[in-house]
Amino acid sequence: MTALKPLILRNGALVALVGLILFNFAVTPNFATMQTLSVNLTQVCTIVIVGVGMTLVIATGGIDLSVGALMAIAGALSPMIFMGTLVPIAPLWLAIALGIILPIFAAGAFGLFNGWLITRFSIQPIVATLVLFIAGRGLAQVSTNGNLQVFKVPEFQAIALGRVLGVPFQVWIMLALVAVVAFILKRTVFGKQVLAVGGNERAARLAGVPVTRIKLIVYGISGLCSGIAGLIVIAMNSAADANLIGQGMELDAIAAVAVGGTLLTGGRATIVGTLLGALIIQLVRYTLLANGVPDPVALIAKAGLIILAVWLQQREQN
Amino acid sequence: MAADLLSMLDIEKSFGGVPALLGASLSIEPAEVMGLIGQNGAGKSTMIKILNGAHALDRGSITFAGQTWKAGSPQAAQRAGVSTIFQELNLIPFRSVTENIYLGREIKRFAGLLNWSAMNAGARQLLRRFDVDVDVTQPLGQFSTAIQQMVAIARAVSFDARLVIMDEPTSSLDEAEVAVLLRTVRQLKADGVSVLFVTHKLDELAQICDRVTVMRDGKTVAVVPAQGTDKLQLVATMLGRDLADVKARGATAFTEATAIGDRLLEVANVAIAPRVSDASLAIRRGEIVGLAGLLGSGRTETARAVFAADPAARGSIRFDGATTGFASPRQAIGAGMGFCSEDRKVEGIIPDMSVADNLALALMPALKRSGLLDEAAQRKVVERYIKSIGIKCAGPDQKIRELSGGNQQKVLLARWLAMNPKLLILDEPTRGIDVGAKAEIQSLIRAAANDGLGVLMISSELEEIVEGADRVFVLRDGRTVQELAKDDISEGAVMKAMAHGADPGPRTAA
Repeated sequence: MTALKPLILRNGALVALVGLILFNFAVTPNFATMQTLSVNLTQVCTIVIVGVGMTLVIATGGIDLSVGALMAIAGALSPMIFMGTLVPIAPLWLAIALGIILPIFAAGAFGLFNGWLITRFSIQPIVATLVLFIAGRGLAQVSTNGNLQVFKVPEFQAIALGRVLGVPFQVWIMLALVAVVAFILKRTVFGKQVLAVGGNERAARLAGVPVTRIKLIVYGISGLCSGIAGLIVIAMNSAADANLIGQGMELDAIAAVAVGGTLLTGGRATIVGTLLGALIIQLVRYTLLANGVPDPVALIAKAGLIILAVWLQQREQN
Repeated sequence: MAADLLSMLDIEKSFGGVPALLGASLSIEPAEVMGLIGQNGAGKSTMIKILNGAHALDRGSITFAGQTWKAGSPQAAQRAGVSTIFQELNLIPFRSVTENIYLGREIKRFAGLLNWSAMNAGARQLLRRFDVDVDVTQPLGQFSTAIQQMVAIARAVSFDARLVIMDEPTSSLDEAEVAVLLRTVRQLKADGVSVLFVTHKLDELAQICDRVTVMRDGKTVAVVPAQGTDKLQLVATMLGRDLADVKARGATAFTEATAIGDRLLEVANVAIAPRVSDASLAIRRGEIVGLAGLLGSGRTETARAVFAADPAARGSIRFDGATTGFASPRQAIGAGMGFCSEDRKVEGIIPDMSVADNLALALMPALKRSGLLDEAAQRKVVERYIKSIGIKCAGPDQKIRELSGGNQQKVLLARWLAMNPKLLILDEPTRGIDVGAKAEIQSLIRAAANDGLGVLMISSELEEIVEGADRVFVLRDGRTVQELAKDDISEGAVMKAMAHGADPGPRTAA
């Protein structure tokens, strides 16, 4: 039992998730269906994808408030490209390819801009990313004149709605991102340097860690992840509304990161934890809803979860 | 002889089964300044924390002012007459001096409004007792560490303290500030307040203390008068070693140089605003060069300029045959330098990372194999250094913050030794480290130098400079005022240059 205790503490997120699932098997009607799995996974997908980038940013001791706005930029830009509103592009496959690649890179470039503000002018991340949090969504709305872009392009929408082995394609994207970035964080020099910057930036610099480059890269990655998430949102909705895409995403992503066990002050991070954190938040909400608890109450439960996670972190620190 | 103000008898305390105190005793007379010394882990801090109520004792008795002493918290102890001034001052830098002094027991008018004029006047009067005349309405953070310490003391005294505990009060002060602090301690004594003075610096004991209590391994091993007790005798008592043994080996563990080679680093007429105006020094391969000077003389700034740790300096720095123009520490490392900062916690360790990752942090880029970190190679390097320099840890995966200061410093040294550098810059390599680990680190530095490494060593401890360095450069007010060759190095010569500038005697060009 004494050996079990630290194991539970260290893998608190996983234990909580398994507990929730078991609870649902026992209580929630029709829980053990493919339908339930699919609904829950598609609802966390974008949160996890954005959360992966956010985890890296938070691992360096930073924060990225602009993710929702960057989703909106990518989501607004993409239909303009593949529907040919900007410039008509002849073959559909090319239009769609460009409509996927360019918006993602645009979001990545805005992420680099965040990193540039932070490293070049030593602005606190929360302030620097507030710039695009405010201006980014404005930019997206201005570029679409505030119009809703409606479309029906199944070839494009496959990124969200298509299925491989019965699992939505966006879930595969999410899992691939989680696996790749988790591997990078654990096994590469870059990953160790990310954690070193977050753990003690001054010490890292004196040990030769390229602090500026590392920060630029993590904010760039956070931008890329936001771009991908923005495209998935519009593909699911068959429409791009710059005002709504990624609304409130920054807080959902940060919540997932915190519940997953990443240290919000930097220096310790877990990508898989972020996946688990997002799943826990989603599943708690689903459990409450499926058992007849109204959504506002579910929001309070979510807040409670975050408090619990932070409390556990602090206990472990002492 | 007056009755004791404080008497702690046969105190025992253990933490989770590990004994920290095994029958320690301490007694202090009224208006007495009692020194308390001992290696790290001897039990000094535990003793203090039991006295000020931060820890409860397991066994033993404490009487204070004739009554059984019971304090449940440092706040309760303060109200009952025992105030503690910690190493890290627990004051609020952004608030005014007055607010810091009156925090928690503000003087109020009717309706709870603060009576600022009364508090300001009170603060001014308190500080004047210690000859400190500052604008008490200014934020505390604007003042020097010494003034801040005075404010902490004034705050303690304003609680009508009968005993003030000072935990290494001089560790972050320069010489002039130390003088002010010592004067304050004498003032306290004159006012009838007793002081418990914890320190690593033996010189201060004779200057200020009446008696000295020596602790070792959780026990009180000696209580001696501060005057007339030999320093070496104190060291021997602290270490539990034979006096003759200490004398024979010297107070540090440095041995002679064996392999001094050709020129490695030449720093000429370097200026770094605002402190350094004209610093010059030179290092040969295999040589340990000491950089001496008072705090604020520009030692650290000069060393950091060589490593490009701070924005650029003017002047010429030549390293390994080429003029350097490093834009960042990364380039300096690439050229073959290493640098251990004076503040291990702030600029050295990454606390949440393992011993292995901390040790290999600088080496990691070289351990990259197609983008991935070669963990097997890393482990090999780490295990080799853990063994060869005796890092005491549970294993390579233990978090570095769980290690003692001395072992953390060994990891940081290994971080650079593993890079196989040509030059290693060490800023206060043994600060805050207990005597045993200190000796190990000193012999490690010498061994590395004998393998051809050039070392630039900054130390505030004269012994370390005098016994360790093959050549010494002395800085004063941002200028190199003297170069001392091996045979000319003595405590007297270094101190003279630090205080008065160049000696008319042997001054060679840098």
